[in-house]
Amino acid sequence: MPEYLIVIAAGILAGTLSRIVLLRIDYRQYPGYPHSYISHLLLGFIASALGAVAIPAVMAPEYTAVTFLALAAQQFREIRNMERRTLESLERTELVKRGLDYIEGIARTFEARNYLVMATAFATSLATQFGGLSTGGLTAIIMILLSRVLMSGDILENICDVVPARLSFQGPILMVDEINMVNVGLKERREKILENGLAVRIKPRDGNARSTIHDMGQRQAIAFTAAVLLGTKKDVNIPEYTPLVRKNPETGEVGLYIMPMEKDLDRLIAAVKLTPVLESASSKPLLAGLPSGKDKKRMG
Amino acid sequence: MEHEAGSILAVITLNKELVDGGAPIFFARDEQELERLALYLSKILKAMVHDLDNGTYVVVRH
Repeated sequence: MPEYLIVIAAGILAGTLSRIVLLRIDYRQYPGYPHSYISHLLLGFIASALGAVAIPAVMAPEYTAVTFLALAAQQFREIRNMERRTLESLERTELVKRGLDYIEGIARTFEARNYLVMATAFATSLATQFGGLSTGGLTAIIMILLSRVLMSGDILENICDVVPARLSFQGPILMVDEINMVNVGLKERREKILENGLAVRIKPRDGNARSTIHDMGQRQAIAFTAAVLLGTKKDVNIPEYTPLVRKNPETGEVGLYIMPMEKDLDRLIAAVKLTPVLESASSKPLLAGLPSGKDKKRMG
Repeated sequence: MEHEAGSILAVITLNKELVDGGAPIFFARDEQELERLALYLSKILKAMVHDLDNGTYVVVRH
């Protein structure tokens, strides 16, 4: 077998393998269908082929061949659009919405995974070209592990404490501890909510976390995750049972109310903790370098 | 007809003097009827009932 074929094959193999490793179905419930698996594996294969061919092309020497990497970037942006379109069209019939921020986050993740696949294939073929198959294999393992680390995002547990909270009514207004949620008019529904509802309070650990859960997209993602994992009693004609996430404007703490199919507080807390911190919501105002309260006093 | 989110689709009340205006108004004879009308309208309109605490409910699509 000619040498360049071995180099390309090693690259493609490593890239496809890394796509398989990154393609896991998780609590986000996406993708959950065999067809999605196939299309993502195939796209991963194409990405790794593009990455793997680059080195032999340069060695040939066919320098212009490298320009097709630009084409690849274009192609993968298309993947992001494809994911976004799919999820947005599913969103219309979703009883508890994912929210546009969450969709954007998922779509961006799918695009980024393909870049990682391409990088893995490229690095593996480079190593195989100059160091032989064993070096190539080692590089592949390192790159796959690295991709896993890069793709595992932050979760809410790392920035917030989640504690049980109490549901009550102040007149018609549903409260989670002292946080005002929504006005529920029907007495029958109020009784049902007190009987079957669950609530938690999400306490941000610092200013950065507070600004993250201040984001409506992040809060919608929390409600979605809780509703997916515990089920929801909501239906199209029972809007009162929509899971809600509202903030205490004084403290920045956030309350979650849900009518779960399965009333289990521990699982609710676990579900909320598992919610991914969205890239679009994550912000770090504390790192902006503004003088803090203490500094001001010192200056004064 | 698609209603804008947050628009009042119906008003149900015990007090005729208190309400007037654009949304359809339903008058109830007593608390029980008020509650029942509100529940039915909520189901029919797929919208949420809010209590204004003065014998008046509004049905709002969110």
